[in-house]
Amino acid sequence: MSEPAAAVEIEGLRVVRGGRVVLDDLSLRLPAGRVIGLLGPSGCGKSTLLRSIVGVQIVERGTVRALGLPAGAPALRARVAYATQAASVYDDLGVEENLRYFAAVLGAPARDVERVLAEVDLADHAGRPVGRLSGGQRSRASLAVALLGRPELLVLDEPTVGLDPVLRAELWGLFRRLADEGRTLLVSSHVMDEATRCHELLLMRDGAILAQQTPDELLARTGARDVEAAFLALVRDEIGTPA
Amino acid sequence: MSVSRTAATTRRVLEQLRRDPRTVALLLVVPMALLWLLELVFTEQPATFDAIGPALLALFPFVVMFLVTSVTTLRERTSGTLERLLSMPLGRLDLLVGYLAAFGLVAIVQAVLASGLMLGLLGLDVAGPAWLLVLVAVVDAVLGCALGLFVSAFARTEFQAVQFMPAIVLPQFLLCGLLVPRDELGPVLEAISWALPLSYAVDAMQRITVEADVSARTLVDLAVVAAAIVLSVGLGAATLRRRTA
Repeated sequence: MSEPAAAVEIEGLRVVRGGRVVLDDLSLRLPAGRVIGLLGPSGCGKSTLLRSIVGVQIVERGTVRALGLPAGAPALRARVAYATQAASVYDDLGVEENLRYFAAVLGAPARDVERVLAEVDLADHAGRPVGRLSGGQRSRASLAVALLGRPELLVLDEPTVGLDPVLRAELWGLFRRLADEGRTLLVSSHVMDEATRCHELLLMRDGAILAQQTPDELLARTGARDVEAAFLALVRDEIGTPA
Repeated sequence: MSVSRTAATTRRVLEQLRRDPRTVALLLVVPMALLWLLELVFTEQPATFDAIGPALLALFPFVVMFLVTSVTTLRERTSGTLERLLSMPLGRLDLLVGYLAAFGLVAIVQAVLASGLMLGLLGLDVAGPAWLLVLVAVVDAVLGCALGLFVSAFARTEFQAVQFMPAIVLPQFLLCGLLVPRDELGPVLEAISWALPLSYAVDAMQRITVEADVSARTLVDLAVVAAAIVLSVGLGAATLRRRTA
């Protein structure tokens, strides 16, 4: 069987932010058409890794390629969608006004606005200013922007934080459907129990990738009952075997 | 640059303004209120009002528009929308020209209202044609927008942003020839005054005050102010970075 095409390829990535080395000599390869979970405690460098893949992060060393092109290349700007951890939408505009603007910037058809409103379950709040929505609703409005158009790679930084379980399950269902269409989703979370929804997991700690495996492989390798326990087992192993 | 993306940005900024009617009211009313106050101050000296009124008609909308636009990039930055937009297929000029068009529209309404007030109710008496007075006021208010957009790229906090007003606007006011004629400033300050766009706007206004005809110099002054607008927006776009630390 041949290797599936890579959506992301990173070689020797080093990122320094505010004098602190956040990522050092990080390499990885992410297959296309999957939902990939990026899991790790907050502050471990998840967001910096995602920013590097989108191409908005100043990188000190190493190469980052997305969909076969250097990260941040102009040709990628409509093909890679990005939702930051903090909702990045205009608080003083309505949800629909926000989406209409971003759709125009992306060159996405106007009917996309209705589709993504339904996908994030905000159709009932389309006219409300984002600033008057709850935290979870705001982050869904921000996620909706990333669903506009037909991005081939979606980089989503903690999109399900603070959402009720039903809605979270719906969103993970949506992510799986998008992957079935051949899109790649890289979704970060610090909630370990979301891991089972992913095709593949990246476990991250202190700026390094501890493991890249399917949830089943991970549990089999560590003999742990759940991903949280597997994470702990991996950390113990790492500390036990000094480099 | 893309016309449709620029137009979408202009529409979005106008939608934001529409949802903030108090800001729009302040933008339109404050310059008029200041000019009215000016007329009250010089009630006993109508000749002085006629002499400096046009120059201040150039100044007040300029300052007000500068202040408003100087926080725009900062707002986009803190809301995270700047980073998002710059990761999308939006040109940096699309963003700034979109902003300039939206605030330029407000500036036009503001300058037309302020000039109308001066020439009508406040009885400003100038030798030159009224349309030229209005045109200079409009172009100068748009210059305020463009300079504000340019400096806003440098502000990282609100405290920094508000200080660009005294740092950028007040020196131009001191050197524009309103307080002391520019040829009496001494060689160094006069040379500096030639590099500041507000000097040209005030020169144009002072010429309209005393000359009945439209002189070529006035048109050159207008062209210089227009060039400063283009330069500010171009430099502002050049300073926006798609990648940040």
